[in-house]
Amino acid sequence: MLTHPSQIIAWKARILEERPAPKKTAVVSNGICGRASGSLGIIAALNRELDRRGLRDTVGLEVTGCHGFCELEPNIVILPEGIYYGRVKPEDIPSIIETTILKNKVIDRLVYADPKTGRRYALQKDIPFYRKQMRLLTEDNLRIDPDRIEDYILADGYQALAKALFDMTAEEVIREVDAAGLRGRGGAGFPTGKKWQFCRKEIADRRYIICNADEGNPGTYMDRSILVANPHSVIEGMIIGAYAIGAAEGYIYVRMEAPQAVRQVTIARDQARKCGLLGRSILGSEFHFDIQIVEGAGAFVCGEETSLMASIEGRRAVSRQRPPFPAQSGLWGQPTNINNVETWANVPLIVKRGAEWYSLIGTPKSKGTKIFSLVGKIRHGGQVEVPMGIKLREIIYDIGGGIKDGKKFKAVQTGGPAGGFLPAEFLDLAIDYDNLVQAGSTMGSGGMIVVDETTCMVDLARHYMHFTQEESCGKCVPCRVGTRQMHEILVRITRGEGEEEDLARLQELGESIMVASLCGLGQTAPNPVLSTLRHFREEYFEHIRHRKCAAGVCRELLSLPGQDSPRTGRKTNKGQHD
Amino acid sequence: MTGVEMDDLLRGLGRELKDLTGILHKIQAECGHISPQAIRRVAEHLNITENELYGVLTFYKAFRLRPRGKHLVTVCQGTSCHVRGGAGVFDEMKKELGVEPGGTTPDRMFSLETVNCLGCCAIGPTVVIDGTYHSRVSIEEVDSLVAECRKRK
Repeated sequence: MLTHPSQIIAWKARILEERPAPKKTAVVSNGICGRASGSLGIIAALNRELDRRGLRDTVGLEVTGCHGFCELEPNIVILPEGIYYGRVKPEDIPSIIETTILKNKVIDRLVYADPKTGRRYALQKDIPFYRKQMRLLTEDNLRIDPDRIEDYILADGYQALAKALFDMTAEEVIREVDAAGLRGRGGAGFPTGKKWQFCRKEIADRRYIICNADEGNPGTYMDRSILVANPHSVIEGMIIGAYAIGAAEGYIYVRMEAPQAVRQVTIARDQARKCGLLGRSILGSEFHFDIQIVEGAGAFVCGEETSLMASIEGRRAVSRQRPPFPAQSGLWGQPTNINNVETWANVPLIVKRGAEWYSLIGTPKSKGTKIFSLVGKIRHGGQVEVPMGIKLREIIYDIGGGIKDGKKFKAVQTGGPAGGFLPAEFLDLAIDYDNLVQAGSTMGSGGMIVVDETTCMVDLARHYMHFTQEESCGKCVPCRVGTRQMHEILVRITRGEGEEEDLARLQELGESIMVASLCGLGQTAPNPVLSTLRHFREEYFEHIRHRKCAAGVCRELLSLPGQDSPRTGRKTNKGQHD
Repeated sequence: MTGVEMDDLLRGLGRELKDLTGILHKIQAECGHISPQAIRRVAEHLNITENELYGVLTFYKAFRLRPRGKHLVTVCQGTSCHVRGGAGVFDEMKKELGVEPGGTTPDRMFSLETVNCLGCCAIGPTVVIDGTYHSRVSIEEVDSLVAECRKRK
């Protein structure tokens, strides 16, 4: 139980003393992708082999969250050198122990080879995927077992909290966050310091803060990865935020489709409570704050703040009109501040290292780093943390290694179902909030789905519309009925039953839904359709006029007589499905 | 779950409206679905009408009103899985099991569900069977995944 701020540094010293660093440590990433790729088998094999050879005390085994390079899961990093082995199999373990851990030699066949140049990179830091990143929030993932608060303490965790509580006033904390230029990572990009200030200045007996971890955009998974890999960074950010805003109670609303995130953040919260970092008189101060964890129940609309609050209150999660904004009247009618997971995780960093340092990173209007889920038809898919202002081309080609299977880049989708597509002409766009909006898309929470020539843009627009019409909460007509109408038109077009007037209908419906809908879901739902109409209109014409899908995705069109299926290369006849 | 077991489960749980979804999650984890009897008891426990409870319950995708099959197959419908061939995998799974999403096979062996994104987007298409994630699933693999499950019984 910590009752004084100085005890955090003393605790760190004690852990270092009690836990002598082993000469060699094998780190296994056991995040969501890691597990899906077999990391549990790797951990079991390592345990077996270390026991069999009696190496338990001399060789360390660390199980951590995601290291970012999902494509090469399961992977092992050997410390202290940082040797990186990807796509490891349980049968590789004996030779990794024998050769690399005991004899200090690199196993060539397990080393990452750049598919373009053939060059091999033994060390993680040299791999092009990592070289251009700036991993401020994610670099500690390699050293943190999320089950152990001690690992976070070793990474200088909770020192920012001690600084905020004892060396800064609440106003100073807000000023620092404001001066840093941090903007909301959930997608809207609202200045965090300003948002906190709005909530703080409301006169009320009770204020709440919420961590929005209802990461629902398909193809987007950095928030849950932060919660799995480094949950204490989010909790520390929330405690600092609560102190600044004057809130005594916080909620973390986690998407239920991320069970590992629910588990890790619950463990971390319980540990923080036990250590006196949550609860009454935090670190011996006069500040009290506690966190409740709420598991979602599979409704995308809960990512919208007014729906999220209705859901926490136990009601149907329908959104409501704003104003009043949550800062004025939020949870149970009290002033409430909602930030996304990644926003909260940035807070300790800003308090610890200062606004001046933080504001040097990024572009004039978008500061810091952003984590993106770089997925789809990309060679090196994974989570990448990059400074704001980096060019799309650098993310896709230098970090992501370009397009999978030697195919041609068609577009990248950013911002999920609320965002749009950026075709090749935008590759040199510097990524920040404002540039993306100007280019007709949005930052969103950080999804980046790369598509190539084998992706049909009409089908993809249909995919997004199917999603939003299903997830509409149904309260307002433009969203409930409008998205459904748009979806039906798109289905017709992908079946070869479209007509040219449909394009004008889609445009008109889309524009009306955007202005007439109640909340962000409806106001942005038509974006993927309007964006494809703008950049890929010829694909719509091809489907409508020629009943053809060049990408070979729309199967009803492939079965029309005389069409080539680019997927299989074989002619198909009517009625015969590919 | 008997009435007594249900009462035991509810005893330790909160009685405010905000506790509702948590309670439903717990009951579903125990019973696999939310039965009419459970709806009645939870409504009493929270002092709300069954109607009100039903309204909340059916708003969310997570809650099942009917028992599910022995094995639960969940196919990811996220955008990354979709562009990586997930739509084909999904169609194949529907064919293999002979049910639509939300449905259960007549022998009550399999229930098929979809999910909008499981967060392993770089290694999709993803299929989850009884909690085990399968990544990079191809159309050709679908029948063996199901057969393996049948063998396990």
